[in-house]
Amino acid sequence: MRPVPLASAVAVLAAVLLAGLFVGAADLPFGGVLAALADRLPFVRLDSGLSVIEENVLFELRLPRVLMAALVGGMLAMAGAGYQGVFRNPLADPYLLGAASGAGVGATLVIVLLRGDLGFGVPIAAFAGALLGVLLAYSLGRTAGAAGGAATLVLAGVAVSLFLSAVQTFLQQLGTEELQRIYAWILGGVGGADWAQLALVGPYALVSTVILLAHGRLLDVLSVGDEEAAALGLSAQRVRLTVLVAASLATASAVAVSGLIGFVGIVVPHVVRRLAGGSYRIVLPLSLLGGAAFLAVADLVARTVIAPGELPLGVVTAFVGGPFFVAVLRASRRQVEA
Amino acid sequence: MRPVRALGAAIVFGVMTLASACGGGGGEEASAEGAGKVTVQAANGAVTIPEKPGKIVSLSPTHTETLFAIGAGSQVVAVDEYSTHPRSAPRTKLSGFSPNAEAIIGYEPDLVVLSDDMNGIVKALEKVGVPVLLEPAATNLDEAYDEITDLGKATGHDAEAAELVRTMRADIERTVETTGKAGELTYYHELDNQLHTVTSKTFVGQVYGLFGLRNIADEAEDASGGYPQLSREHLLEQNPDLVFLADTKCCGQNAETVAERPGWGDLEAVRDGGVVELDDDIASRWGPRLPELVKTIGDAVRKVR
Repeated sequence: MRPVPLASAVAVLAAVLLAGLFVGAADLPFGGVLAALADRLPFVRLDSGLSVIEENVLFELRLPRVLMAALVGGMLAMAGAGYQGVFRNPLADPYLLGAASGAGVGATLVIVLLRGDLGFGVPIAAFAGALLGVLLAYSLGRTAGAAGGAATLVLAGVAVSLFLSAVQTFLQQLGTEELQRIYAWILGGVGGADWAQLALVGPYALVSTVILLAHGRLLDVLSVGDEEAAALGLSAQRVRLTVLVAASLATASAVAVSGLIGFVGIVVPHVVRRLAGGSYRIVLPLSLLGGAAFLAVADLVARTVIAPGELPLGVVTAFVGGPFFVAVLRASRRQVEA
Repeated sequence: MRPVRALGAAIVFGVMTLASACGGGGGEEASAEGAGKVTVQAANGAVTIPEKPGKIVSLSPTHTETLFAIGAGSQVVAVDEYSTHPRSAPRTKLSGFSPNAEAIIGYEPDLVVLSDDMNGIVKALEKVGVPVLLEPAATNLDEAYDEITDLGKATGHDAEAAELVRTMRADIERTVETTGKAGELTYYHELDNQLHTVTSKTFVGQVYGLFGLRNIADEAEDASGGYPQLSREHLLEQNPDLVFLADTKCCGQNAETVAERPGWGDLEAVRDGGVVELDDDIASRWGPRLPELVKTIGDAVRKVR
């Protein structure tokens, strides 16, 4: 049963990534792109007929951008699924929990204080901020409602997010020199993606992916209940903390390069659960693949809809995700009342 | 706990109302009889100003430059944080982006000049009887000249303003004439390193238009107004002959940094010296230094043609 959905998800993702390479603001000849891509395969020698500029568009702009969109989407969706497992809450999401805005504050701090360009500082500060944001939201939710329901945690997350946004605005006022860069970053997007950026966040993404996927089975045990987990010799707290850290690292690796892109972390895991059931052993990898495909498509829209202008990616995801989120909210309400 | 908090809020509120009631109480409209007045038509209507105002506050870098260029510099008591030119202008922490009425009134100005009405600042100043001249960003060359004329009239320097406009016109015309038409040359004007740019319809776009340069961002006009964010793919595909960087100060861009951007190394402008480093300020203001921008563009056109 399990290999089927995984294989089809991989196929969908591959198709989306390929489509992303053929479509863009620049009109590249279909055959030329095909030949240029095939030419990169070992033992294949093809003359694509593309000019130097066209080759650059394909390999220096489009390919890294498509891959970055997939990486960011995969990280956000997988992190969302991880948070949902830890908090046993279908509404937990990097964006709603304060992880994303915490990462934002961390990154802004580095940009403003250190005038740092996108070096190691930004992802690391984003990671610390993300972790801080989640822990803040979680402890606030705990104190607000005894092991609060789904809504309490979300409310706490929203409160934390709003507070952190205020901090962010304050920092921006201090760093008017860097305002342009911070704003561009907040709007969210992968337009600036290149190979160097991919190399910078790739390792973080890989580490968090390995940790999260390894914890799928443990999250399944946790979802049954802490006593059962303890009976199996499992430390519930340790599993939670590990997943929390890994999901925050995934969030940070996405947010550090792409700014704030909402809704991916809640929409994708939800669809996955509907299609393939609620076992985290399958939800986590499918969310990774589905999120990657979803954001690659969203970015395709962002870079072509008003070409040669660009649309911020966060706008596209919010457009799809906003209404969807409301639907999820209503469905989960019904489940609680039933 | 709760009543105490409410009481605290009430006290704070009371103090604030009191403070605001006392503030701006300099309302003795002692318009000295006989002292002349001039009326200037600005974006906020007809504004009456005492003749030869002696305490001008400027919240617009462009207008600061103009005031000093027409000989009204000695009448200026404070300018905003971004009024970097001329050096002798009395720069303060005042902001044109988030203007604070009380901070402005603290200078007891008899004229405030600004280019943006942010946070309802114009209304606030009018309420306390301070003459405000709102002269917004020019959308074409004639508007820029008109604003200089307005400032001349408002400050008692009509003749100098007229002379400044005359020399600016002459300088610009001479540059355009000696340069000649740009032929089929295309250009891209960069506002920041996120590829925000201008189309031909904007003020700066019209300046480039004087030379007949073709703007590669014009196709994005309908979708995103005069200041689109240009797709990187589109820029490479268009391969403009000239790249003008108006983000050398804000974002530290120069010919070397753009050459290192993905795919830019093979652009004609990068290979053949068509990347022009502008001064951000000169390229974003519509004041007396406009002829310098025109000259820079003219030189670039001659160089790559």
